[in-house]
Amino acid sequence: MSINKNQKFLLTGNEASAEAAIQAGCRFYYGYPITPQNEIMTHMALRMPEVGGTFIQVESELAAIYMVYGSAAAGGRTMTSSSSPGISLKQEGISYLAGSELPCVIINMQRGGPGLGDISPAQSDYFQAVKGGGHGDYHTIVLAPSSVQEAADLVFDAFDLADCYRNPVMILGDAQLGQMMEPVVFCKKQKTDLSAKTWALTGARGRKRNIIKSFYPVKGELEVFNIKLQKKYHEIEAEEVRYEEIDTRNADIVIVAYGTSARICREVLKDAKKQSLKIGMIRPITLWPFPSHCIARVAERVQSILTVEMSAGQMVEDVRLAVNGKCPVHFYGRTGGGIPSPKEILHKINELIQVKEKVTCVTS
Amino acid sequence: MELTYSKPKTLIDTPTHYCPGCGHGIVHRLIAEIIDDLDIREKTIGLAPVGCAVLAYNYLDIDMCEAAHGRPPAVATGIKRVHPDNIVFSYQGDGDLAAIGTAEIIHTANRGENITVIFVNNAVYGMTNGQMAPTTLLNQRTLTTPKGRNEKIDGYPLRMCEILSIIDGSRFIARTSITSPANIKKTKQLIQKGFQTQIEKRGFSLIEVLSTCPVYWHMTPCESMKYIDEQMTKTFPLGVFKDWENENQF
Ligand SMILES: Cc1ncc(C[n+]2csc(CCOP(=O)(O)OP(=O)(O)O)c2C)c(N)n1
Ligand code: SF4
Ligand SMILES: [Mg+2]
Repeated sequence: MSINKNQKFLLTGNEASAEAAIQAGCRFYYGYPITPQNEIMTHMALRMPEVGGTFIQVESELAAIYMVYGSAAAGGRTMTSSSSPGISLKQEGISYLAGSELPCVIINMQRGGPGLGDISPAQSDYFQAVKGGGHGDYHTIVLAPSSVQEAADLVFDAFDLADCYRNPVMILGDAQLGQMMEPVVFCKKQKTDLSAKTWALTGARGRKRNIIKSFYPVKGELEVFNIKLQKKYHEIEAEEVRYEEIDTRNADIVIVAYGTSARICREVLKDAKKQSLKIGMIRPITLWPFPSHCIARVAERVQSILTVEMSAGQMVEDVRLAVNGKCPVHFYGRTGGGIPSPKEILHKINELIQVKEKVTCVTS
Repeated sequence: MELTYSKPKTLIDTPTHYCPGCGHGIVHRLIAEIIDDLDIREKTIGLAPVGCAVLAYNYLDIDMCEAAHGRPPAVATGIKRVHPDNIVFSYQGDGDLAAIGTAEIIHTANRGENITVIFVNNAVYGMTNGQMAPTTLLNQRTLTTPKGRNEKIDGYPLRMCEILSIIDGSRFIARTSITSPANIKKTKQLIQKGFQTQIEKRGFSLIEVLSTCPVYWHMTPCESMKYIDEQMTKTFPLGVFKDWENENQF
């Protein structure tokens, strides 16, 4: 397969994510099959040999994340991908990656849970992705694409962010994004101003030895290290928040939704306009760092906020923290692989408006 | 006067955290000597395990990496794929390699990954205060087998060399001990052969070293050495189980 910049392809979100990783210089991919992200592996199996890279179908997700750990420690651009149950298995390794400050990209094309769940789209791994997931005080940067093009673009950015901050980056998609086909162009370029990986393991030739570790057994050292990590996280929170803001200026109600839910809500915005309802949307693109400032700002002037998720209500907790009582925060979600329809969401919005009108009547 | 014995360059001149009579220190020294002898200090990358040897990077003056409990072969694979011309070895205990990391070691061997594994079998979990290991002998008392290991409840000691030697991807598999100068010399030869296997890009090599844990065996260092010779080697016979130079040996 040869890729020209600006050439248009019709690809699934899975294939586009995989190809974007290759274009971004990822040369070490490790994975274990799981639906609905198998096309990432299949694409890597085909493409890695073509570009002189490594593809290993590993014995487990657990071993895969530690191969990523090894290749990251050795200075390579490396990635793994999986879906919810497999991502759970990787959590120990992600904690180690964060604790050893190793850059890598992890794609989670979420499916329904808990347990084996099913293979339909879900957003119920939000807590796991943004709150740590593994043990210890750490964060992964979490990016949430809502189209195939954006999936490709964000995979690109993910590698740069990982290298820039020496931190694991997770792409949080879902079965829908992974499986659907859309046109995509691979137009992003790798960042060129990233500093050399002088910390990487290459053999101690002509320099002092390098050690990659997360173990700090001497009393007090671990706290010092954690404070350093937190400083880095604050810097990421200050520099890297991304979101899309649609029609919030004059909105009565603002939806907060990411990924596939946000895609569905775009339709809701169109339908609402037809009914002359003033509805806007904030679409977080980074789930961590979370666009709290934007949500807080908007909360000052709207009647209420409606969070829409394909979960029983996870991101809504962060929305409430951001809003901090400035306006009511409502939730509409479907769980266990259920996908909310634009009609359902619009119905919920109309309910909120009616309730608001009733309240106004009583008080006036 | 001629100097006949000195500290290897690769061994850092610092007191270790190991207990008196512990075998880990001997094995560290052998690895350092071999790295010096082969002149590969500047291209070797080592993996420290989770176990008593977790701080191995404090003693070996080479690039080193931590791995989570049981995962050194996977991490070593990730490193080796980036730097196929470097020498990559993992250093693992019996809990690390033969319990929590069984899948990783078997599949790394099966891929014929061109790395060397130093497997220090002391028949017990040293770091966590002496619980049963997969290699604990029958009737051996540990914290979690207070009446001795009972095969009906605890299963049998796991012989990793024997298991690994029937895997096609394995190229050099040997078991040795450190109970006498002669055995230490033999151990050095075998580990060196493991590194040689890797340098010649022949594939996966593993050297199991029967080692002491006097503290959790509740023995003196001398009794511990005797215990290896008289008891451990009955369950874990010494020898070369697979050798690319003589493929029909097994
Ligand atoms: C996932 C995980 N489980 C358990 C532990 C606790 N732990 C640390 S070392 C160890 C056993 C080490 O035994 P072995 O591998 O035989 O090494 P030794 O100390 O005997 O050299 C255990 C269970 C851990 N660190 N991580
Ligand atoms: S506990 Fe056992 S294995 Fe660990 S350092 Fe002490 S003697 Fe060595
Ligand atoms: Mg042990």
